[in-house]
Amino acid sequence: MNQVISQWSHANQERAGKILDAYPEKRSAIMPLLYIASLEHDFASPDAMREVAELTGVTPAQVLSVASFYTMFKRDGVGKYLVSVCTSISCFLQGADEVLEAVEEATGIHHGETSEDGRFSVEHVECIGACGGAPAVQVNYELVEGLTPDKARQLIEWLTDSQPEVVLTDEMQQLFGGQRSFDWGSSEPEGAIAPVPAFGPYGSVGEDR
Amino acid sequence: MTDLILTSRMVDHPADSHTIARYVDTGGYKALTKALSEMTPETIIEEVKASNMRGRGGAGFPTGVKWGFLAATEPRYLVVNGDESEPGTFKDRQLLERDPHQLIEGVIISSYALNVHHAFIYIRGEYPKPARRVQRAIYEAYEAGYLGENIHGTGFSLDITVHLGGGAYICGEETALLNSLEGRRGEPRLKPPFPAVEGLYAKPTIVNNVESISNIPWMINNSGIAYAAIGPERSAGTRMFSLSGHVERPGNYEVVMGMTWRDLIYDIGGGIPDGRELKAWIPGGASAPWFVPEEHLETLVTIDDIAQAGSMAGSGAVIVMDDTTNVVAAAHRLVRFFAHESCGQCTPCREGTSWLENVLRRILDGKGRPEDIDLLLEISNGISPGLAWPPAMTTICPLGPSAVSPITSITRWFMPEVEAMIGGSEVSNV
Repeated sequence: MNQVISQWSHANQERAGKILDAYPEKRSAIMPLLYIASLEHDFASPDAMREVAELTGVTPAQVLSVASFYTMFKRDGVGKYLVSVCTSISCFLQGADEVLEAVEEATGIHHGETSEDGRFSVEHVECIGACGGAPAVQVNYELVEGLTPDKARQLIEWLTDSQPEVVLTDEMQQLFGGQRSFDWGSSEPEGAIAPVPAFGPYGSVGEDR
Repeated sequence: MTDLILTSRMVDHPADSHTIARYVDTGGYKALTKALSEMTPETIIEEVKASNMRGRGGAGFPTGVKWGFLAATEPRYLVVNGDESEPGTFKDRQLLERDPHQLIEGVIISSYALNVHHAFIYIRGEYPKPARRVQRAIYEAYEAGYLGENIHGTGFSLDITVHLGGGAYICGEETALLNSLEGRRGEPRLKPPFPAVEGLYAKPTIVNNVESISNIPWMINNSGIAYAAIGPERSAGTRMFSLSGHVERPGNYEVVMGMTWRDLIYDIGGGIPDGRELKAWIPGGASAPWFVPEEHLETLVTIDDIAQAGSMAGSGAVIVMDDTTNVVAAAHRLVRFFAHESCGQCTPCREGTSWLENVLRRILDGKGRPEDIDLLLEISNGISPGLAWPPAMTTICPLGPSAVSPITSITRWFMPEVEAMIGGSEVSNV
């Protein structure tokens, strides 16, 4: 295993081993390993898919068949901040299209595009389960609820100016959010270091966290 | 009326309801101790059957009955469905984030009852914070000896693996979820075989929703009969409703079923904002046929009453639309969702949902043709012959027929408005 991914960080190599051990069959590790490989290669690149194939004992084409089914495995380059604007029914009823417009204006790019400086990718997405705090946006899958077009613009400006290394949901909510789906309780210490869902076993909340 | 089952801890202890310290301090893991030391797997299954709880994911199938179908061979698996993706639904997110130990205790008890030694919690990829909360709670549970080898000296062992999805609504369908968990495309499987016979890795598997499993500890502490005694006979227990759209107080509400829709939308939800009028609502998630105030405000909020009125309680997502809503625009948005999320296996769904989206799009663009209403209904009939609810199926799973619900809803309740849009009349957008 270590030869295939010897260029991965030591911590991510260890994580990959644990993930392979966590399932009765290695193939189940394809999606988790694709997330780790996306961190290592900046996206689900052909090399990333080849490595996952070797680790799980399937062909690269089989990994591609999986990666291409799911919207969260980005097979093209993606910006440092992936801004996903929910435009499904509940967010739509609360003005999500205007929020999307504001995000597109502030970033200068449209759905499916990445800015030339590599800072932003923008997409409109289907329901992200934030309907009680509509309209909602995720940055690297970290959530902000109760946005307005103005607040969305300010969020993009803030990301441009402060360039946070870790995107924290509570920080964004406090600065730009409004109505929430429910009381969030105490703040969440971990956040996203890349446009990959921030989850410890996948290495996407940063080293030593 | 009755104490809350699922949400009292997070209401009473907002700062730390997700921690093991608070969970244990408020009676958590008592049910597990009772189950493992005083109960047999059979008696636990009997309690769950006696509770009459119907699954909270959408289909409303009795959980205890489902458990009874589990084939005897080993290994067998329990998979918790936390793929919550039905538009309008955000209840499981709150249960995962705010009370993960309640779910984990439910998983351990259920696994003991079902003789499972490896359980999986599948959480949608867009829920990283809920996944982090659950994973930390699992680490805490291992440390406290509630998970792992020989749990508290009882000889029972269990591991739990959290698995993140990749952004695909269809993985909420249980066989698609199992394919996804196996590292495959999330395409629903033909049934039979049902998962209880051939599920994960073709082994006997139970797939239950987050809310369903979160109810288990309460049942063990208070008995299945006590659970069955709450609420209407065939809609037992409390239920999480997610209110969204044009409602004064959106949010999740844990309620005992049996009130009217008027109670739910006006008393609990606070009514329609800005002095607007209620135009329509979707009673059970994007897949469900719509209700309208002239017909359904006095209908009771129970699984059976909703079904008798031609829709479904589904995932408990109530999406409210006020009188400014352009119903064609709303229907387009719903159909677009299903077109995007169709897995593509079945032709009626793959082709039909996109055709529906395109026809609605051109009506919205002012390019509607007089024959478009008939065309919408013809395509719909091709996906779901007879246009009834529950739908006749031409497809492996119900996703395709779900895309028909907005079409039948707007043509049944708002035909003049749809015709006016095709006729080129001005109708305000949302």
